[in-house]
Parts: sequence; structure tokens; C-alpha cells
Amino acid sequence: MTDVDRTHAAHQPDSPAHQLQAAFPEAVEALHHRLGEATVIVQAKALPEVARWLRDNLQFELCVDVTAVDYWPQEPRFHVVYHVLSISRRQRLRLKVPVAGKRPKVPTVTDVWPGANFYEREVFDMFGITFDGHPNLKRILMPEDWEGHPLRKDVPLGEEPVQFTHNVEEIQRKKPYAKQ
Amino acid sequence: MGLVQDAIRWILGRDMPDDVAQLERERQRRIEQMLIPTWEEGEKGPRMVLNMGPQHPSTHGVLRLFLELDGETVVRLEPDIGYLHTGIEKTFEYKKYEQGVTLTPRLDYLSNMFNTWCFCMAVEKLLQVEIPPRAEYARVILGELQRIASHLVWLGTHALDIGALSVFLYCFREREMILDIFEMVSGARMMASYFRPGGLAWDLPDGFEEAVANFIELFPERVDNYEQLLTDNPIWKERTQGVGVIDTATALSLSVTGPILRATGLEWDLRKAMPYSVYPEFEFDVPVGAHGDVYDRYRVRMQEMRESVRIIRQALERLPEGAFRVDNHKVAPPPKEEIYLSMEALIHHFKLWTEGMRVPPGEAYAWVESPRGEMGFYVVSDGSARPYRVHMRAPSFANLQAMAPMAEGSLVADLIAIIASLDPVLGEIDR
Repeated sequence: MTDVDRTHAAHQPDSPAHQLQAAFPEAVEALHHRLGEATVIVQAKALPEVARWLRDNLQFELCVDVTAVDYWPQEPRFHVVYHVLSISRRQRLRLKVPVAGKRPKVPTVTDVWPGANFYEREVFDMFGITFDGHPNLKRILMPEDWEGHPLRKDVPLGEEPVQFTHNVEEIQRKKPYAKQ
Repeated sequence: MGLVQDAIRWILGRDMPDDVAQLERERQRRIEQMLIPTWEEGEKGPRMVLNMGPQHPSTHGVLRLFLELDGETVVRLEPDIGYLHTGIEKTFEYKKYEQGVTLTPRLDYLSNMFNTWCFCMAVEKLLQVEIPPRAEYARVILGELQRIASHLVWLGTHALDIGALSVFLYCFREREMILDIFEMVSGARMMASYFRPGGLAWDLPDGFEEAVANFIELFPERVDNYEQLLTDNPIWKERTQGVGVIDTATALSLSVTGPILRATGLEWDLRKAMPYSVYPEFEFDVPVGAHGDVYDRYRVRMQEMRESVRIIRQALERLPEGAFRVDNHKVAPPPKEEIYLSMEALIHHFKLWTEGMRVPPGEAYAWVESPRGEMGFYVVSDGSARPYRVHMRAPSFANLQAMAPMAEGSLVADLIAIIASLDPVLGEIDR
């Protein structure tokens, strides 16, 4: 099957994306099929309901992945991206939830897909997006006392200078705690 | 504190600044909070919190576990990860697509071919190029060899953890043969970076087919040897049967994929279920277990090695001649000899190595069935030569969530078997 065929097949009115739109006309902002992948843009407040409906009615049993993309300085700044998979129907679907840049917040889907637990912690860690109702929302990859969220676009790619005896004074002077 | 102060004085040649001292006190306080036993009364006396890892030989890397114990029984388990976090996702945003290829083997370093393959597939999806059949077949052969190599490391260390020392030596002997083939093909034993968006880095070398044919001729017998050592071994069965049980529904809800999911009895293999590359052309079975315990995971992986040999044999027979990368010079460089003769080829070569290939804007998610489960790459492009965002769906990361339900209620000694049967690779968990 070429990509064109796949895209065509996904355009059938019974594709999961269309069914989702029919069931939640207000919550679904847009949908498109590109490169054989179905994407649905969903409002944040309707997410738990949509997720539950997808799992119970369309057999999307597996939450494959949760991540986010930072479109700084555009608004809404973040897109939280969910990839879900239906084992029984052999279909994939991508949900995207736009989130504002100021105090970004999304309801959790861990009560629908408990497997989203680690992924939501990772998104919180890397982007600073809070997941309301998450059972254990804390940093997962970065150290606990880390400041900031490294995958945000306004965080530059940092570097740690290598310390030698000849430059240790200079490096220490530049460190935030050594200013005085 | 005194020791830390002394060390810092020794390194810096002066006292620790007050802020650092404050920070250090805070850190100590946190560590103590986490490690002080709770002394809650359990059935077998007071409960204890035990820290396992990150430097522990059977955590397969730098995995750290908090265990709450009631006697010898694990009551609660929490993995603590991030010790190997290298910010690969961030680095990707600053690298060209071609440079990104060399970052991918550093994820799951035991099955590097699959990471590169998956990244290439995502980029090819965005570029909408179809790679030539020779490249597809070469990818399948090398991928399945990699699956065997990865399962051999798993088997060797798994047996080593439980106390069967000799299996380890045999497994590494065969793995070395596979690594020799990789070295022959790519020049590197472990970090091959041999697949590139648009095909392969260069053509398969002379003697490749014979080397692979030799290996698959000899390997099935070697698998029999491992099985003779373990499959009916009463000690092995005692240590693995009924240990770390998980059922299909729990595994699915926790996003578990790969051999762990198949060991619960669900036939879900992306090579069969949602085929990619040239997998629909091959005949192979998807081994499944029944009980979802450590022993079933062992049986499934052993069977998978045999199936991989079957796939390699078919792919090797049908390996076509022809181009090894696409003829699209916006994606793959033109042949070197053309550069000296054709102005256009020279310009393409120059543009490709200075600016890199431009990928049309959009987003793509590609998946492969890695030895650990579903490996996925989500690539977002803004039309430039560098990806806007790359995210890896690492199978071990999701599978790690299944460790708590498996281990809670079992003995500490069984936990070692459970960790090994999950086959986690911290490189891709922490990325």
C-alpha cells in the first residue's frame, strides 16, 4: 500500500478520528490525515472524557506514548501529544492537546491508561506541564533539585566546562552560587 | 558532612561557599528522609526501606530501586531513573538529520540497529521516499542479527544473575560472531550507524553473505545447547516458574510491549500485526507464552531467536542486487565517481554536506519491533535541515512500569530474576 492509498483509507467516514469527532463535536477542534497518520486536536478540558471513550468504545487499549512539543514563542505554546494504539482493531491515533504557555496544565489520563504515568512525569520534568490528578507527579529524569525544564525552546543547549587547575577560579566565578 | 567539606577543601583549595554548604545540607536531609527505615510494623516485624542500585551488578546498568521490605518480602517498589540521562532529545534539535543518525545507537546500545532503523523510517516517511529493495533486505538481515545479539546478552546476564555462570560465556561467544559481521559491514562493533535516511551508508561488503550464512548454519544448534543447559534444569525452573507474573490486561494498561506482553499470551508483534519494511514477505511465527512469568519470557525470547534465524535465511536467499540508497540526490549523496565528472553531482554533494537535507514540514511517527518491544520515533520537522523536535518511544521505559506489580509480594531474591527478565536498557530509559 502506498502512502496515498493509506491516506485514502484513513479518509473513510468510519475512521476512528471521524467517529471521535462525531461523538465529541465541541471538544474536537480539528482533525487531519497526513502521511497515513490520523491526528485529532482535542481541547484540554475534554481530554479525560475523550480518552475514556476511546478506550471503552473504540478499543484503544494501549497508550503508546505521551510527549509534548514546544512552539515558543507562538501561542498556545505547547502541544501535548498522545499516541494511542488499538490492538484489536490494529489502528493508531494521535491526539494533540494545545496548552497555553502560562502555567500550562492538562488533566491526567493515568486513570484511563495507567501506563501514561511515567510519560506524564517525563513531560512534566522536561516541559513543566502539570498534569492535574496525577498520582505521583515529580521529576523522573532530571535531578530533584534541578531548576527549569530543559526541553523548552527558550532553554539553550547548555554545557559544563571542564575544570582544570588553570581555569577553576574562572569557572567558579561564573557559577550562580559563587557570585559573592 | 565533614568528609564532603574535606573533599571540597582538597579540590578547591578553600572552604566550601556557604550556598554550597546549604545545598549540601538540603541534599543530605533529602537522602536521609528517603533512606531512614520507616519501622512500621509488618507481619514479620518492622518494615525496612532498602536502597538497591544504582551501582548494583544485577540492575543491568544504573537502575536504582527503592524497596520497602517486610522481612524478605517486597511490599512496595519504586524505580528511580535518570542516572544515564544525556539529553539526547535536546541534542537532536541542534544536529542535522545526518548527524542525528549517530545519536541513535547510543539509546538502546544493545540493539542499536533498531534505533537507527526507526529514526530513518520516520525521516523517510516525512521525505516520502521509498528506499531500494536491497537496502530493505539488508536492514532486515542486520536487524534480525541484532535481535539475536541483544537476546544473547539478555540470556547470558539473566542466567548469570540467577547463578548459571557458564551460559554467559557461550552467549558472548556467539554474540562476538554477530559483532564481527557488524564490524565487517559498518566498521563499528556496537555503534554501527549503518542505516541512513534513504538507504544504507554504503553497500554491503564482499563476503557478507557467506559470513551470515555461516552464522545461521551454526546458530540453531547453539540455541539447542543453551536450552539443554536451562530449559529443563530443575534449579532454573524453580527460580523462574511462577515468578513475576503479570496478566495481559495489566500489561496492556501499563503500556507494556514486546516479549513481556507476548509471554502473557497475547500475539502482538508489530512485524506481523502492523508490518513495516519487507516483513510481509517472510514466513515466521510469533511465539507466545501462557502464564506471563519469568520462565515464559525466557521461552518466548529463546523461540524468537530461532524465528530470527528463519527470517534471516529467507532474506539472505532473496537479497537482491542493485542500488543501496535512493537515487534522490536531495536526500542521499551521489556516487563518489560522479562527483568528478558532473557539476550537478558536485553541487548536490556540497549542498548535502554543508547544509544537510531539507525535510518537508510535518510530523511522523515510525515504529519497529525492537527486542524489547515497540520502539517509536516521533519526529517534527519545520522544513529546515534540523529536526524541530525528536522524541523516542523507548520500550524499556514503559516496560519498567510493570516491575512494581510483578515484584510486589515476591522475595528480594526473585526480584533479581524479574529485573533480568524485563531486560531493561538504561540507555534508552534515560535517553
